[in-house]
Amino acid sequence: MMKQKNVNKRHLRNDILLIIVLLLVAATGAAYLFLFRGFGDVVKVTVDGELYGVYSLSQDRTEDISTGEDGRQLNRLVIREGKAFIQTATCPDGICAAHRAIFRNGESIVCLPHGVVVTVTTAQTQGEPDVVV
Amino acid sequence: MRNKSKTTAFMGLFTALALILAYVEVLLPPLFASLPGIKMGLPNIILVFLLYRRSACSAIVVSLLRIALVTMLFGNVMALLYSLAGGILSLVVMILLRRWNVLSTVGVSVAGGVAHNVGQILMAMLLLETAELGFYLVVLTVAGTLAGVFVGLCGSALIRKIPANFLFLDK
Ligand SMILES: [Zn+2]
Repeated sequence: MMKQKNVNKRHLRNDILLIIVLLLVAATGAAYLFLFRGFGDVVKVTVDGELYGVYSLSQDRTEDISTGEDGRQLNRLVIREGKAFIQTATCPDGICAAHRAIFRNGESIVCLPHGVVVTVTTAQTQGEPDVVV
Repeated sequence: MRNKSKTTAFMGLFTALALILAYVEVLLPPLFASLPGIKMGLPNIILVFLLYRRSACSAIVVSLLRIALVTMLFGNVMALLYSLAGGILSLVVMILLRRWNVLSTVGVSVAGGVAHNVGQILMAMLLLETAELGFYLVVLTVAGTLAGVFVGLCGSALIRKIPANFLFLDK
């Protein structure tokens, strides 16, 4: 009985250690994303891994990202006051439209049903000639 | 004592329970508006229970059956890939940790919950061909940890409260 109690105690200690380590890893990741990567100046839109467009965060605009075979899948990307968000979307889950506005370098909004990824990045890393700014 | 029909009935019952929990989870408001398929992991309560009270094999069978049934009921190949990635990684991690015997049920389920979310993110990175999902990894590590604590507490309560001769648990 005594032995079992010690084992339980050891397990509990390991549990707590595991939870602390996981939260620390998450905190480090968050610190890296929020503190050290700074703010981005453009958003890059990809559809199924292919570049769709790059838009400056400093200019307010509304862009309808149309995808799917007949282009009827829509995600309305809005850039306002240096932040980007999906205002409306025709996807079944609506998770992308519920996502808060992004502006930190590396932040992204994903619409899995449409394969759309909107990521904040910096203009220097986006040197493609077909860049739309 | 163990025979085929008993095992079949047992698996059917526990798969049904896991399905019900998956359905309950859909009815609950999402914990974080992030990626679809990333949820509390309530069906994991059943898997944790099976892992400790019956066998790793039964947990694998119930997990795969549940994923297959959800796909048949709601038919979505994309969702199937995410479920499989999360489900398999999470089960492998939990089975190994259970063997290793250094954590309690709560710790095992926390690791399983985080592994579940990481598996889905890795699949999303693969399918969307983007490595830029780091932010989700951060959010989902925290979400998986919290959900894992809840699932682990529920699981360990079941493990303690349900008698050894309940249904065919004693094989
Ligand atoms: Zn969407």
